[in-house]
Amino acid sequence: MKMIIAIVKPFKLDEVREALVGAGVEGLTISEVKGYGRQKGQTEIYRGAEYQVNFVPKVKLEAVVDDASVAKAVEAIKTAAATGKIGDGKIFVVEVTDAVRIRTGETGSAAI
Amino acid sequence: MMKSIGLQRLAGLALAVMIAGAPISALAQNATAAPANAAAPANAAAAPANATTAAPAAATAAPAATPAPKIDTGDTAWMLTSSVLVLMMTIPGLALFYAGMVRKKNILATLAQSFAATALITVLWMIAGYSLAFTGSGAYIGDMKYLLLGPMGLNATSSLAPTIPESVYMMFQMTFAIITPALIAGALADRMKFSAFMIFMGAWLILVYCPIAHWVWGGGWLGTMGALDYAGGTVVHLNAGTAGLVTALMLGKRKGLGTENMAPHNLAYSVIGASLLWVGWFGFNAGSAVTSNVNAGMAMAATQIATAGATLAWMGAEWISHGKPSVLGMVSGAVAGLVAITPASGFVNAQGALVIGLAAGVVCYFSAVHVKKMIGYDDALDCWGVHGVGGALGAILTGALAVKAINPTGAPKGGWLYDGNFGQMWLQFVDVAATFVYCGIMTFIILAVLKYTIGIRVSEEVEVEGLDINLHGEVVQA
Repeated sequence: MKMIIAIVKPFKLDEVREALVGAGVEGLTISEVKGYGRQKGQTEIYRGAEYQVNFVPKVKLEAVVDDASVAKAVEAIKTAAATGKIGDGKIFVVEVTDAVRIRTGETGSAAI
Repeated sequence: MMKSIGLQRLAGLALAVMIAGAPISALAQNATAAPANAAAPANAAAAPANATTAAPAAATAAPAATPAPKIDTGDTAWMLTSSVLVLMMTIPGLALFYAGMVRKKNILATLAQSFAATALITVLWMIAGYSLAFTGSGAYIGDMKYLLLGPMGLNATSSLAPTIPESVYMMFQMTFAIITPALIAGALADRMKFSAFMIFMGAWLILVYCPIAHWVWGGGWLGTMGALDYAGGTVVHLNAGTAGLVTALMLGKRKGLGTENMAPHNLAYSVIGASLLWVGWFGFNAGSAVTSNVNAGMAMAATQIATAGATLAWMGAEWISHGKPSVLGMVSGAVAGLVAITPASGFVNAQGALVIGLAAGVVCYFSAVHVKKMIGYDDALDCWGVHGVGGALGAILTGALAVKAINPTGAPKGGWLYDGNFGQMWLQFVDVAATFVYCGIMTFIILAVLKYTIGIRVSEEVEVEGLDINLHGEVVQA
């Protein structure tokens, strides 16, 4: 099993979610995060007081999928989240040792 | 064990208040028996030419020596409304305006300052404030005949507003007395102890606001001299602004100023607050006619025109110098216009109002944004930059733009540009200077006493962690 972690632009969330559903991914966790890569922040200014904001709001998605579904899911996210402009985000794939469904006690692939 | 000590202290305090209250209310009863006309200042500049002396205020049914002035229902209805509008300016207008501009950890504390000040000033006004400001015939301060509003009977009127009940006039003036010290919270934001704040509010009301209000409106020397301040450009705004400047300097800069992100937590609150201020201000300016007549109408029109002009002017200045017109700038411009038109509202025509508004928008933009940065004092929410500078500007421009034909009773000699009365400029300057000097010195003294007794600034830990949790035990949930 693998966990796919994707950082995307917030307004792309719905599109990405739909694309993942289409790719057979049935569960998802999202969180609102801040971060930067090559995209720099904006300058805010309040009555003369200037603040350089380094962190840009993003959305982080985490989904655990079967090894067989990883490529399809990553492709779905990549296509849906892309705008072509700087700040589109990144996708990471990490190894998952185990998964448990709390209600039934199932483990492994059956729990995903 | 801690809880039972607290209860004992509370019970002791309650007992002390009740014991103290008995002789004080007995004093008030004696004041009721004082001669009926003693409280009428004969030389109030604002009083209409045909003012009659105040009707006897005795609570018992003593027959009146002179015929009672006629209470006008139109005037009374408008003044009741105006009082409500001006109260709304403080709660929640000013409260939200300021609270939206501070960081999230200080929102509740900022709201608390306006709210608690409202309650405190109300009671102090009732006890002594109204008496000191608006009764008696002294040139510098009133007297204590109206302690606890003893002589204010059901049918009483003030000679300063003979067509409305005195209860309404007292209430209207109370709302001004409430907002003036509350404005100072803009300068002391994010770092003042609540206990010191409350004592400061009370002391400032009695020692600074009441005298200055008396000088200009209560029959004192500035009004008698002929200085023009329709609704409080000096009494309220320059006064609060000066106190704000002194307070900001005495408190010192907020920790992290210039390096930490102190961006406003929620400017939507500030827009709501500013809007409530704008709408409420019609009670402030048009209500200062103290009647429901042509002067009130003109003051309302002048207020709207000036405010709109100032909004556009600040917006334009910011657009040009920064490339983007900010929402905070827009609402700040509006407030600057409201402040500047305040002393002039009942004396100028529409053209004068527009000039004042445009000038205020530009001048206050410079003072709040650029001058503050250059000099470096931490007037956190621009109390001096907008209210101090705007109030002084408006007061001076009143001398230039007052029109005798607009208010022949209130400004019998008119102003400089329309009536050739250059002397008015000097009188306005004296008003501005007297307010600035007296307020500056007295505010300094009050704060110095507090600073070297109980301390005025919170500890560094409290300031960093936030006022809400430390001073009030509450937070705005995420």
